[in-house]
Amino acid sequence: MAISSRYSIISLARNALNYHRDWQVAWRSPEPKPDYDVIIVGGGGHGLATAYYLAKEHGITNVAVIEKGWLGGGNTGRNTTVVRSNYLWDESAHLYEHSLKLWEGLSQDLNFNTMFSQRGLMSLAHNTHELREINRRVNANRLNGIDSEVLTVEQVKAYCPILNCDPKSRYPVMGASLQRRGGIARHDAVAWGYARAADARGIDIIQNCEVTGFRIENGRVRGVETTRGFIGAKKVGCVVAGHASVVAGMAGFRLPIESHPLQALVSEPIKPVLHTVVMSSAVHVYLSQSDKGEIVMGAGIDAFNSYAQRGSPFVVEHLLNALLELFPTFSRLKLMREWGGIVDTCPDASPIIGRTPVEGIYFNCGWGTGGFKATPGSGWVMAYTIANDRPHRLNEPFALDRFVNGYLIDEHGAAGVAH
Amino acid sequence: MLLISCPHCGPRAEIEFAYGHEAHIARPTDQEKLTDAEWADYLFMRKNPKGVHYERWVHARGCRRWFNVARHTVTHEILAVYRMGDPPPALDR
Ligand SMILES: Cc1cc2nc3c(=O)[nH]c(=O)nc-3n(C[C@H](O)[C@H](O)[C@H](O)COP(=O)(O)OP(=O)(O)OC[C@H]3O[C@@H](n4cnc5c(N)ncnc54)[C@H](O)[C@@H]3O)c2cc1C
Ligand SMILES: [Zn+2]
Repeated sequence: MAISSRYSIISLARNALNYHRDWQVAWRSPEPKPDYDVIIVGGGGHGLATAYYLAKEHGITNVAVIEKGWLGGGNTGRNTTVVRSNYLWDESAHLYEHSLKLWEGLSQDLNFNTMFSQRGLMSLAHNTHELREINRRVNANRLNGIDSEVLTVEQVKAYCPILNCDPKSRYPVMGASLQRRGGIARHDAVAWGYARAADARGIDIIQNCEVTGFRIENGRVRGVETTRGFIGAKKVGCVVAGHASVVAGMAGFRLPIESHPLQALVSEPIKPVLHTVVMSSAVHVYLSQSDKGEIVMGAGIDAFNSYAQRGSPFVVEHLLNALLELFPTFSRLKLMREWGGIVDTCPDASPIIGRTPVEGIYFNCGWGTGGFKATPGSGWVMAYTIANDRPHRLNEPFALDRFVNGYLIDEHGAAGVAH
Repeated sequence: MLLISCPHCGPRAEIEFAYGHEAHIARPTDQEKLTDAEWADYLFMRKNPKGVHYERWVHARGCRRWFNVARHTVTHEILAVYRMGDPPPALDR
């Protein structure tokens, strides 16, 4: 990357003096080449991160990212951006913690402000069972070297004074877990930062180009059919989130995935009132306040299969009912926007990352409601898997064949509902 | 919100129903002969189509009976409602 294109306080000042007329485009929009060493299908955060780490960690730069819409227009740009690593099982804890460590240096690494803010994440317990589960999870986290602590009701109240901790409330708070290194990031910036950094290393980013099929000969992939013609590739990494089953179908195999709507909404911007992330699995609420001042809230999934990026209003109503029980002070807030994404849910609430029945095709999917936090780590292990044609030890347990051999990684407690 | 016609009670709001996922998944009969991969296919692998999905619903807050629905997963349009045990209707969409 040419020095002049680096973002810095100096480049900001220089461009301000020019009335911001001279900023360069952040990445090229090249015509697709006839063939590539690696094609990544899906230009969300995970796909772009995969491309970036292929170049950075493995020196593979003859790579194209093919996106049917625009970068980050899938779940990356629709999510509530909760980042944490306090998962129960060792396999997940290691993967998400690797990701969290990458987050901690990401803005510097990409030379792009991802606005990653480690403002802490508090997970509420509303009954004795949840309190026990929280204690169990915090202990498991600490054994894995992940920062995690249990808060008493008094500590919860002191940490987040606007939370309703009245013991007679509809959802009494009995305690909470807190991961201080958890937080939020700017979703678009993650896609854009990875895209710009990948482009700077020579990777082609091709938008408005849909993959419609695979060319497979003798069980080995030769390339992809797209709306802009055939593009050859030695290896293809599919990172298409909600469309995983559709793309797997094009390659001739099935996945243990169902696609569901997941809805979120934001309020009008208000002055800072909530300095941390609060989530409650029991009542399907998670919220934070964005740097713009909006309260960002997410609901649980809609039950039915869907590819529509919209769900039913009663799911949002359920979220708002619970939200107002927990935060009565928000009762006069006006809502600004509401939207949905399509999440790819797995039976064990854990992702699938690895090889597939077709030689040279790799899948990374099944992150369901909670993959944004894993973006850097997911791309990192996916790049390793594609470069070496075998999984890294961090994603080995997340292979597709766990559904055959029975080694499921049941993270419903830590991941199934909330984020 | 979906408006679902229960075959027994008539059209009701989605909130009265619970979803039963993909329909017509028959439990294998020759179980002692099944390989692990065949079990995995039965237990976990799903069609999850972008298009018509044949699925089960139960009128949980009504008559509490199960039935099948053919529904488009992009438009959410309900194309057919039919009884448990009936074969999926042929729909050319
Ligand atoms: C409302 C909502 C809230 C969420 N909240 C959180 C949260 O707080 N924390 C968290 O960690 N996670 C959260 N998630 C989950 C998270 O957003 C996803 O797990 C994650 O962003 C997935 O990233 P991705 O890059 O794989 O997917 P995406 O960003 O969806 O990227 C996949 C891309 O593939 C493209 N594509 C699909 N098919 C094709 C094709 N045939 N050809 C070419 N391109 C194709 C799509 O257009 C899309 O851009 C939330 C999700 C939603 C919807
Ligand atoms: Zn009924």
